[in-house]
Amino acid sequence: MKGFAVRGKLEYIKKQGKKAFIPYIMAGDPSLDETAKRLKLLHEAGADLIELGVPFTDPLADGPTIQRAAERALNSGTTLRKIISFLHDFKGSIDTPIILMTYLNPVFCYGIEKFFHDASEANVAGVIFPDLTVEESDSYRDFAKAYGIDTIFLVAPTSTPQRVKKVVRSSTGFVYYVSITGITGTELRLESTFNEHINFVKSFGKPVCVGFGVSTPQEAKYVAKFADGVIVGSAIVKIFHEAPERAYEFIKSLREAV
Amino acid sequence: MGKKRGYFGEYGGCFVPETLMPALEELERAFQRAKRDKNFNAEFESLLKDYVGRPTPLYFARRLTEHLGGAKIYLKREDLAHTGAHKINNALGQALLASRLMKKQRIIAETGAGQHGVATATGAALAGLSCDIYMGTEDIRRQKLNVFRMNLLGARVIPVDTGSKTLKDAINEALRDWTTNVRTTHYVLGTVFGPHPYPLLVRYFQSVIGREAKKQIIQKEGKLPEVLIACVGGGSNSIGLFSAFLDDKDVKMIGVEAGGKGIDTGLHAARFAGGAKGIFQGCLSYVLENKDGNILQTHSVSAGLDYASVGPEHAYLKDTGRVTYTYATDEEALQSFELLSRLEGIIPALESAHAVALAVKIAPKMPKDSVVIVNLSGRGDKDVQEVARIKGISL
Repeated sequence: MKGFAVRGKLEYIKKQGKKAFIPYIMAGDPSLDETAKRLKLLHEAGADLIELGVPFTDPLADGPTIQRAAERALNSGTTLRKIISFLHDFKGSIDTPIILMTYLNPVFCYGIEKFFHDASEANVAGVIFPDLTVEESDSYRDFAKAYGIDTIFLVAPTSTPQRVKKVVRSSTGFVYYVSITGITGTELRLESTFNEHINFVKSFGKPVCVGFGVSTPQEAKYVAKFADGVIVGSAIVKIFHEAPERAYEFIKSLREAV
Repeated sequence: MGKKRGYFGEYGGCFVPETLMPALEELERAFQRAKRDKNFNAEFESLLKDYVGRPTPLYFARRLTEHLGGAKIYLKREDLAHTGAHKINNALGQALLASRLMKKQRIIAETGAGQHGVATATGAALAGLSCDIYMGTEDIRRQKLNVFRMNLLGARVIPVDTGSKTLKDAINEALRDWTTNVRTTHYVLGTVFGPHPYPLLVRYFQSVIGREAKKQIIQKEGKLPEVLIACVGGGSNSIGLFSAFLDDKDVKMIGVEAGGKGIDTGLHAARFAGGAKGIFQGCLSYVLENKDGNILQTHSVSAGLDYASVGPEHAYLKDTGRVTYTYATDEEALQSFELLSRLEGIIPALESAHAVALAVKIAPKMPKDSVVIVNLSGRGDKDVQEVARIKGISL
């Protein structure tokens, strides 16, 4: 599958009347060899899409769990360059589309067009840049489109209707609905307006997946009632780090809950 | 200014998580309203006069001038502003903005040297707002006195123990707090950095330094100065001074970064001497980073200059050549710290000592009728313990 694979996969899942399960792991935590094993494990456990984090020294949208994972990955020498080359070699090992989640500076230093070109060669299906606002995104979206990579932007509970429209318009893969006003790994406390707001975001016709703060099968199940997909990050990063032997079972339980 | 909103040439912009965007839009609206709001400006100006003690003097440093034997050196005495540094201008402005125009109940800030934290805590006390200040544990160690002052003023100081445990990590934590509490909280960013509109907002509140200095030097010397010198961490005191003179083509301006232990050692915070373009903490500017785009650790004897990036307007002013940027090392700053103390009876902040160090270098080579203004951005009380420690003296 080449080009706009995130969109393709979500359409396929929707047609089957299902919801997408999207786990997140940090590339290079603790090594890229281990990342290869974990990607396969996520695939076997039934991930529909996989979000792969790129470590960055100053991950300001992330909480302590992911920040520490990034530190471990950086300590093992993981860089965006190495991740792309790793994905190039990994190509074809699993058929689950991979979405790179990276702060902007590594991409900016890599070279924006070169990044999209090389990412496309490595079968990267989509990108999430947590610190790229839609206002600043023109050149990024142009290159993404040219190389067949989906762009996924974030909507927050604070986003105004005007901003929601802009974000939805700029997102090609899906709209990433941040379930809480906060950083990753914060306890999930859905506000009373969540329902209403997410329905508003969905009303523009693009798939909406929910992340930030989803850490148990119960929460995943609840969120899946409203969303087209559920993203689980910190809880998975944590179990891989603390009790890797239980990771498969935990991920499977999330998958089943969704 | 560039054509695009929030840009200075190619630098600036707004690179933050979406959660913060509505708050930044709200802030921009409040800022535009504040600029036009007579009551707001009248209250701000009256506080600058009666509370901060403005205008701060422009002092002719006779003994320093004689010692150096060249240009006449004037010191813009921001150290005499209430709380001891220029930071109060901006902190008070933003505290007023938060309480009067945005109706927030809480403000947060980050601080390196503690001057911005003290100023924000002061502004919060005055405006009746609750206040939390993020500070790296390394800076807490270096600036214990300021931590105590913030507590006295009713603010809570939250230690940040991640990364380099200095200013950049405090900013990350402050941004995370703001992301979480954005509806009730205003983030008082302390310098001309970060996402739009902060570089313009902080410049607006700090521009009073340059306006006063210009008026004062014309009164005293009947002419504009030949050279302006200011230290550059994030860059707010320097933008404050420079902003009034940008169109005066004959006025040379020099920004002094922290050279730390020397550029070759890698232990410094000289973004223009050792950095490259990058996107960091909200804007595109010069950043100390490795080739993979990760942010490098910095070092400076002065906590206030110990930062990996610099305000985007400075990056623009560097590229256009309007402002020259250089650096002073820790050693040079420490020497100037003592020199100014002994010759003038003024203990400068270690940040400001970097600017003094450059005057010491260039003034002797300038004609005796030429004029240099050095921005004395803050006083050194906060630094005496750290300097004593460096000198091996226990107090």
